Amino acid sequence: MIGLALAMLVPIVLGLAVREINPTLDFIISLEITLVFGLILMKLCYTEKDLSWMQGMIVVSLSWLAAMLLGAIPLYLSGHWKSYLDACFDAMSGFATTGLTLVQDLDHLSLAHNLWRHLIMFMGGQGIVIVALSFFVKGASGAFKMYVGEARDEKILPNVIDTSRFIWLVSVVYLVLGTLALGVVGILNGMQPLNSFFHGACVFMAAFDTGGFAPQSQNILYYHSLAYEIVTIVIMVLGAINFKLHYHIWMGHRKEIWRNIETRAFFVTIISTFFLTALGLRLCGTYPEVWVLFRKGFYQLISGHTGTGFMTIYARQFINQWGDLALVSVICAMALGGAVCSTTGAIKMLRIGIVFKAMVEDIKRIVLPERAVVVEKFHHIKEVFLTDKSARAALMITLAYLGLYGLGALAGMYCGYPFLESLFESTSAAANVGLSCGITQVNMPAFLKLTYIFQMWAGRLEFMSIFALVGFFAAAVEGK
Amino acid sequence: MHKLKAKSLKRKVQTQNLKLLFLSFCFTLYALHFTLMAAFCQAISSTELINNAKQYDGKVVDYEGEVIGEIMVRGEYAWMNVYDGDNALGIWLLKDLTRGLLYTGSYKSRGDRVVIAGIFHENCLEHGGDLDIHAQAVRKISPGRVATERINFAKVNQAAILGVLCLLMLILTLFKRK
Repeated sequence: MIGLALAMLVPIVLGLAVREINPTLDFIISLEITLVFGLILMKLCYTEKDLSWMQGMIVVSLSWLAAMLLGAIPLYLSGHWKSYLDACFDAMSGFATTGLTLVQDLDHLSLAHNLWRHLIMFMGGQGIVIVALSFFVKGASGAFKMYVGEARDEKILPNVIDTSRFIWLVSVVYLVLGTLALGVVGILNGMQPLNSFFHGACVFMAAFDTGGFAPQSQNILYYHSLAYEIVTIVIMVLGAINFKLHYHIWMGHRKEIWRNIETRAFFVTIISTFFLTALGLRLCGTYPEVWVLFRKGFYQLISGHTGTGFMTIYARQFINQWGDLALVSVICAMALGGAVCSTTGAIKMLRIGIVFKAMVEDIKRIVLPERAVVVEKFHHIKEVFLTDKSARAALMITLAYLGLYGLGALAGMYCGYPFLESLFESTSAAANVGLSCGITQVNMPAFLKLTYIFQMWAGRLEFMSIFALVGFFAAAVEGK
Repeated sequence: MHKLKAKSLKRKVQTQNLKLLFLSFCFTLYALHFTLMAAFCQAISSTELINNAKQYDGKVVDYEGEVIGEIMVRGEYAWMNVYDGDNALGIWLLKDLTRGLLYTGSYKSRGDRVVIAGIFHENCLEHGGDLDIHAQAVRKISPGRVATERINFAKVNQAAILGVLCLLMLILTLFKRK
């Protein structure tokens, strides 16, 4: 909470620099509330004892809820969100790097608030707890449990705090490069230099953290620029790559890109889902020219697959123009996601690869003679033997995600929306994508807003922390 | 005498012709004004255009809204985005047509309100499939302005009270630690 309060200094400085008085006051009030809340928690919950797995998980899941409630305060105070629930929706969407939004009149929002929307994505993408681990934690006591609780089960360096710091190093280096690239493209597109670099920084944070917010209501369509789309595609893909892979590429092991099971699975799923999307769009005759079909189809698909949610079409065009086949392909791409230990959500490529390998192994066992020894291996940084345990774990999380997608779709249908639209929006929320077919609007039922908030939260933390929290409350109710 | 009479008659006819020419010119201007007014007065909303894009594709439409963000000049042409309260649509227009536009909407200003008459494209082939309008005429219907920010003193008071509370909590925490 103290970290979140300090992060609010960034929009305060910007607000003062550009003389946005009321927005600055919004952030000063929010900072003070967050600081008071953090100090109270420090007094009440301070302990020198090491955290157990259960406690680590609970701390993480509750931290995310607290971050949502506190991060929503400046948004609500701006007056651009109709209710505190709407502000919480956007705060969770930001922290969980989803990108669905209920903001009103975004084009007149202050720079300070706009920066905050993107900054919470940047923090959430790396992980709120990772922020704390990187900057505020000296010892590794309990750190690994919280690190795992935030859906990062892979250590890049032996020490989890060094791992967190490396993740921040990668992000900051790309932030500088990405902002420069987008800023220059913006200037070439006719934007004013200062505004162009501000947009560049915001769009980078949303792209690299596979978030999907943008400074203007038209999202990426605002720029009307192929170059902008290409640069954002590169950043989105970089964000969808495992930080461990980034580390190995930085260390000069470039062959790892081609050998890694995740990049291979990513490549195959992109090709296959794009093929189906293109086929669907061709059948509908939406885009008569191949180049136009590729530009629109591939952008929305890669945006969905990486879990970003940038759009170069209007939400209702998905329903009115894309047809069922293309829509289902995008839903599949959204459901799959990027790499583990990246900023994306959803099932993720490592699990898809493992489930596929496990299936191949089972088929081999049936086909080959009984005495044959069937062993499956996969390459993920090193050669790994496929075990029943890893296959079961991958399948369990995959099933949990499928259940979460289905749950949101049922909630959507309960509120009166058609099946495919409900499934699209639900998958987008649970997989932390942010593409919308038009359901996410300020006038949608509060029940659906709460459902999507839950989906974004559970999807981002990959269930274990949520299960631990539910288990804790269940035990408390039973008096254990 | 006869010559003089013929001359004055000729002059009279010439004057009458000039009058007629002037009147027909005025009438043409008047008619043109009404035609343009009629062309601009029935603006279609962005929601209608997005939801029924096929129906309007390739047709001349009128669209009204506030210019937001920035006008991005691209050579002889420019892109501007016009927000009608529901959505913003991209407008592709000749750079010269943007000359009279002074304000664009942001936190610090309200943009000029304009009526665009132009060809609507469901998936513009010239612009990579964007849903846009290629403007033929732009009319400013009300000028934008700088949005003056009034300091919200209720927020100032809240910030001050919370600041004191925060300070007390900090002191309390530090004392407890020592």
